Amino acid sequence: MSLPNFDVSEDPGPSFFQLLRQQNENVFDVPKVENSDLIEITHGTTVVAAKFSDGVVIAGDRRATSGNLISYRTMQKVFPADKTSAVAIAGAAGPAIEMVKLFQLQLEHYEKVEGRTLSTEGKANQLSQMLRAHLPAAMQGMVVVPIFAGYDSDSNHGRLFAFDVTGGRYEESDFVASGSGSLFAKTAIKLDYDIDASADETINLLIKALFTAADDDSATGGPDKMRGIYPLVASITADGYTELEESDIAARFDRLLGEGS
Amino acid sequence: MTMPFYVAPEQLMKDRADFAQKGIARGRSLVARLYADGIIIVAENPSRNLRKISEIYDRIAFAGVGRYNEYDQLRIAGIRHADMKGYQYSREDVDPQALANQYAQMLGQIFTHDTKPLEVEIVVASVGKDREGDRLFHIRYDGSVSDEDEFAVLGGEAETIIERVADGFNIEDDESAALSSCVSAIAGDRELGVEELEVGLLRRGEDGRLFERLENSAIQTLMNGS
Repeated sequence: MSLPNFDVSEDPGPSFFQLLRQQNENVFDVPKVENSDLIEITHGTTVVAAKFSDGVVIAGDRRATSGNLISYRTMQKVFPADKTSAVAIAGAAGPAIEMVKLFQLQLEHYEKVEGRTLSTEGKANQLSQMLRAHLPAAMQGMVVVPIFAGYDSDSNHGRLFAFDVTGGRYEESDFVASGSGSLFAKTAIKLDYDIDASADETINLLIKALFTAADDDSATGGPDKMRGIYPLVASITADGYTELEESDIAARFDRLLGEGS
Repeated sequence: MTMPFYVAPEQLMKDRADFAQKGIARGRSLVARLYADGIIIVAENPSRNLRKISEIYDRIAFAGVGRYNEYDQLRIAGIRHADMKGYQYSREDVDPQALANQYAQMLGQIFTHDTKPLEVEIVVASVGKDREGDRLFHIRYDGSVSDEDEFAVLGGEAETIIERVADGFNIEDDESAALSSCVSAIAGDRELGVEELEVGLLRRGEDGRLFERLENSAIQTLMNGS
């Protein structure tokens, strides 16, 4: 692999995505598939996020399904995008994970080339542009719908963005959910949501929301005590992205179920 | 018909080398050295924005002296190379040796074929999981590479600074001793304040991005610590 070097007029700048294009790696090109509805694509399901007083909590279940089958029990759907932001994905697993990988690289690449991080708004815009580039694949059934959460050090509060298939970007003021169980999860959050709640209370609320989604949506995985698999929860505050310990999440589920709610 | 003047290849190469050396010698110096927990790079650089030291990848750092626009172009090419490679293969597959070779080829090519050689000298440093894995490549304007075991000095007055670094070099130095040794080697008889220094560290660790740029306050704390 040679050193990528460009004429001034063709320089891709700090964009890794643009660099890939210049190197003729068209990552989002998909061959036209006829009868694509005959193929069962692996899908990731429910992810949720909510703002609280000092930042954002983001969480996702672990199940991946292909049609009526469970294809993977320990899928990761919540990822750190960089030190102060996270992305959670629902939809076709393959392209979604690829998109996260590209998104992480895009932020890191920008940071290294420019010597400073992108603004929260800038990061959300980048994700939106990736979704737009992914639209042809989405039209063939490979739909990806992410959530983006970040701590904005300019305004000192958490920020939350929802997206649609076409790259539409919508900033949310309180909470958001995506994926097949999102309807149930959102309702559960809505009933008890409080923007001034602590991190601890917000984490419990999201755990309850994921439990509710798993209860009514077969594609969402609930807590699996037998195998020791629990949803993934992370918080983003001024101190950055922190994933909760599995034992902590397990204990919270025990408490939730013990209360019988 | 006009005949081009004949210039002996020896003379041509010498002229180009002299030209590049002159450009590099004008610039301020930079020291990169191994210490107990990794690699430290210290540059005399009064600018906060035109940086000489930069992160390339998880374990790899870059530093350059000479013409800013030229080494900055090399720096960005290195980041692109590393990120592309990590994307296509895996993060562990990005290695400093391949990068150093690429830089050497590019500099060598420009030195012999372009109208003007690049007036730069660079280092590619990489911290391993243990001390045996640490690498320090020094690449010159003509593409010649040397693999250093202890330290590399770039820029003007290199010879005197090499002597000062070599004098009392100890691989067991901790972070603050390593920093002080680099600073005093660059300063010589002068006094260098923190605002004239740029410091980058590759601190040994298991995984993730190990490069760290030290802020002025952190440099001051480290300097006071020894």
